Amino acid sequence: MGLLSDPVRRRALARLVLRLNAPLCVLSYVAGIAWFLALAFPPLTQRTYMSENAMGSTMVEEQFAGGERARSFARDFAAHRRKSGALPVAWLEWTMRSVGLEVYTQSFSRKLPFPDETHERYMVSGINVYGILRAPRAASTESLVLTVPCGPESPNSQAVGLMLALAAHFRGQIYWAKDIIFLVTEHDLLGSEAWLEAYHDVNVTGMQSSPLQGRAGAIQAAVALELSSDVVTSLDVAVEGLNGQLPNLDLLNLFQTFCQKGGLLCTLQGKPQDWTSADGPLQGVQTLLLMALQQASGHPHGAHGLFLRYRVEALTLRGVNSFRQYKYDLVAVGKALEGMFRKLNHLLERLHQSFFFYLLPALSRFVSIGLYMPAAGFLLLVLGLKISSASRCPFVASLSHALELWVQLHEAGVGPEEAGGTPGSSPPLPATQRVGLASLVAPLLISQAVGLALYVLPVLGQHVAAQHFPVAEAEAVVLTLLAVYAAGLALPHSTHWVLSTQAPDRSWMALKLVALIYLALQLACITLTNFSLGFLLAATMVPGAALTKPSGPRYVLVSPHHKACRDVPPTSGASAPRHRLPLTRHSSSPTRAPLDLASPRRPLRAALLVLTSPAAALLGGLFLWQRLQEAPLSLAEGWRLFLAVLAQGVLAHHTYGALLFPLLALGLFPCWLLFWNVLFWKR
Amino acid sequence: MAATAPLSLLVLLLLGPGVWGQTEPPRDSLREELVITPLPSGDVAATFQFRTRWDSELQREEGLSVLLKADRLFHTSYHSQAVHIRPVCRDARCASISWELRQTLSVVFDAFVTGQGKQDWSLFRMFSRTLTEPCPLASESRVYVDVTNYSQDNETLEVYPPPLTTYQDVVLGTRKTYAVYDLLDTAVINNSRSLNLQLKWKRPPGNEAPPTPFLYAQRYVSGYGLHNGELSTLLYNTHPYRAFPVLLLDTVPWYLRLYVHTLTITSKGKENKPSYIHYQPAQDRMQPHLLEMLIQLPASSVTKVSIQFERALLKWTEYTPDPNHGFYVSPSVLSALVPSEVAAQPVDWEESPLFNTLFPASDSSSYFVRLYTEPLLVSLPTPDFSMPYNVICLTCTVVAVCYGSFYNLLTRTFQIEEPSKGGLARRLANLIRRARGVPPL
Repeated sequence: MGLLSDPVRRRALARLVLRLNAPLCVLSYVAGIAWFLALAFPPLTQRTYMSENAMGSTMVEEQFAGGERARSFARDFAAHRRKSGALPVAWLEWTMRSVGLEVYTQSFSRKLPFPDETHERYMVSGINVYGILRAPRAASTESLVLTVPCGPESPNSQAVGLMLALAAHFRGQIYWAKDIIFLVTEHDLLGSEAWLEAYHDVNVTGMQSSPLQGRAGAIQAAVALELSSDVVTSLDVAVEGLNGQLPNLDLLNLFQTFCQKGGLLCTLQGKPQDWTSADGPLQGVQTLLLMALQQASGHPHGAHGLFLRYRVEALTLRGVNSFRQYKYDLVAVGKALEGMFRKLNHLLERLHQSFFFYLLPALSRFVSIGLYMPAAGFLLLVLGLKISSASRCPFVASLSHALELWVQLHEAGVGPEEAGGTPGSSPPLPATQRVGLASLVAPLLISQAVGLALYVLPVLGQHVAAQHFPVAEAEAVVLTLLAVYAAGLALPHSTHWVLSTQAPDRSWMALKLVALIYLALQLACITLTNFSLGFLLAATMVPGAALTKPSGPRYVLVSPHHKACRDVPPTSGASAPRHRLPLTRHSSSPTRAPLDLASPRRPLRAALLVLTSPAAALLGGLFLWQRLQEAPLSLAEGWRLFLAVLAQGVLAHHTYGALLFPLLALGLFPCWLLFWNVLFWKR
Repeated sequence: MAATAPLSLLVLLLLGPGVWGQTEPPRDSLREELVITPLPSGDVAATFQFRTRWDSELQREEGLSVLLKADRLFHTSYHSQAVHIRPVCRDARCASISWELRQTLSVVFDAFVTGQGKQDWSLFRMFSRTLTEPCPLASESRVYVDVTNYSQDNETLEVYPPPLTTYQDVVLGTRKTYAVYDLLDTAVINNSRSLNLQLKWKRPPGNEAPPTPFLYAQRYVSGYGLHNGELSTLLYNTHPYRAFPVLLLDTVPWYLRLYVHTLTITSKGKENKPSYIHYQPAQDRMQPHLLEMLIQLPASSVTKVSIQFERALLKWTEYTPDPNHGFYVSPSVLSALVPSEVAAQPVDWEESPLFNTLFPASDSSSYFVRLYTEPLLVSLPTPDFSMPYNVICLTCTVVAVCYGSFYNLLTRTFQIEEPSKGGLARRLANLIRRARGVPPL
């Protein structure tokens, strides 16, 4: 890499980056967005293919014919459910035993941190019922799971019926090599979480549950089934799990294989997958955006989502009964499931051959991680360019670029032994720089404290709030959330109150640099684990972050060097580095110059920054989601939905361990507050 | 004989001929029996035993062996075969010995599949054969059917044809009643030229199944992720009032690094200190962990033995061909003297049925049980074997490029060097000046 070690060429590169900074940033941002949208089009998407040998080449013949039986089971289940008002545990136990399963139950209870108004529950207790089909002549070391989540608003009777009929059919076969667990959970996701935690004998979320009596080894794969009608027009498949985790692509390929074999109409994100038609790719963009939004939300898109944490590949099949003419009965769905289970039964190893990181513009098309990462890369490059341009200014170079500092020190003739210390405390630096660093501590601490308050206060203070104000607890949580969020916007004033005496003139650049690095690091980490979340956050937060600069009071400090740093190529010719340090000193005695342009821009910038804050991104995501679902929202509806989503997000963190809420509260909001602080920096 | 003939061949090969006698086998040298018992799970177990003085190769075509049809035996939940060979005295003075060969085949029939949803069974449903005639060589050929009545009121089940005799014995500490069908007794088969034993429950068998045994165990891996985990063993003592000790033996492969300080044993919510622990730590690639404990199980309790482990990284050549399948951890072995309900009488083994020898009672108050828990499947962190070459190339390149240039930058001192002016002429001039003793240009 001669480019870096050769000072002349490095300088040339740096000059280029500085001179073309703004156009490069814009270009990079546009390229990122364009790349993402282009992901739905053929050169970037590939056809899916089965990678797993054990499932690919073997043929199975589906023999399931228990449609009538499934319907009668479903009728009985619905009748018993209506009679008892809850999950008919005794009936389920009896039926499962009568089809020859080994039946166990598990009771669980969970007190939610605050009442869940969407699902109308607070103190939840329920019973899961599961039956194990023991594979003959096997030692119960591996198992597959077919789960039906039952909740108050999703009765799922037909799914229970089909599951029982399948169990009865499977019981008579002799080819099983893995045990099959048929699981009916109450209170949909809560029950699944309780069962999974008990099965793995861990306690992640503070669920109280009775220990499981029967186990069947390591679970290899799971399928969750949701059906609420005797006939379906299509089967929708959901893959997105908790925190954006995805199952191995082979599981989806398997489902798609049997969709094609059985002639079923299968959809993804509720959109039919007609790739061959003229607007196929456009539909692909819609599906892709829907998947990205769903994945970014980190909320499991079905009961399967909780299995993924335990390294169990899982997906949810949802029967949809719409106004289409051609309908399929339960036998068709049952055959698809039978085929899937038989092929999963063939597995020698866990599903590992195919992709774990992918995006789906259609059921039969995917984008692999290597092809979608550049989109986020381009967006992060904007931050990188900003960081590099900021750190080129010697004022703040000491903060980020140890390398840069090293070079400068050498150019200034300082011995290497003196410069060996940490950049912040190097003795040869001018006094102003140390003050600049000290002035960063207060905003950093305060913004982090606000983030912590945002994370802790709503749930802790709900009772206090509910006592003193005429609101319910769930409302109190959401309102506290919004109040703390809004209070965070007052941060600039509080920091100025702390720093009133010693705030140095230009340390806003240092603050912005820190904020940029912080944001870039967070976004990069998020993108690696949950691409959709990282990308959507980057797409919203990067423009605001890149454009932020103080445009506060009437006077702005303009030092000769600052000008050189921003506006013109900083140095020219080989002798420039020698002038750098004197220039730095010079800039510590700045002159005040009137800058009238700055003031009117401030509301504009503030508005832009508010629009790119995490909460605004969330709101925008909601509207986009509804529009893509072809159910556009009015503003009032959107606001109500937004409040509900906030409560759900906090609940999902406490009940399932979803990470979006702590990520936003503890990571991105404080980071965004730093930019807010930069915008209102008093000079 | 499909199942047993290969076995005897195998043993012949192992031992070699010539050890045993040459005389014609007397008719009384072969005893065969079939025991059919219900299991607590509701399934039916059938155990065949053939005992003979192994004096010549026996080709049995009749008797109980007609039931051994491979296609039925392999449609079962479980089967196990065993061969025992021991020297026995040929006469009272023990002047010469013979070798006794005992072949055992135990099969568990899935009562649900065999009985079409009911737990009734018949010989024909289980084996798709009926018994037609006794083995001409056998001195004893009997079928025992366990008809023990576990509920208070009698007559819950019915065997057809009704047995001529019954036999009572103490097996595993409980009194059992068997219906006995002696195939050598002409009255048993003569009626219809075939014997198709059938058992019918008079009511759907809910509580009539045999009670759960006093001691049983379960084992599982808990935790998730590829870093840590926990091995848990649940030991159940269902005896209503007697506590008894069990010896728990665990061998764990070295690539699960046990944290012995996390070993916890709890019964009924309280810590249960084992009275004896023997632990031999593992050596990598040499020997597994060995953990042996003597634990007292309180009456009617569940004891949980758990120990945490960390998964080790194997060398990449040490993975098995299908590494993502996971690695098996062998079962724990439980040995215990379980208290009996009914005292067993000392029996004369030559006179009592053959199956008695499968359940030896050490003394009258308890009986010995050895249990194996289920094996476990543990997945270890596994590299992606499909692309090690790509990964190695890529990482090496990245490391070399980044590290090299950064190291270069950090250690290099930069200084500006005046470009040298003049070329060959100047050098020549300097040479001449040096020769003249004048300082160079």
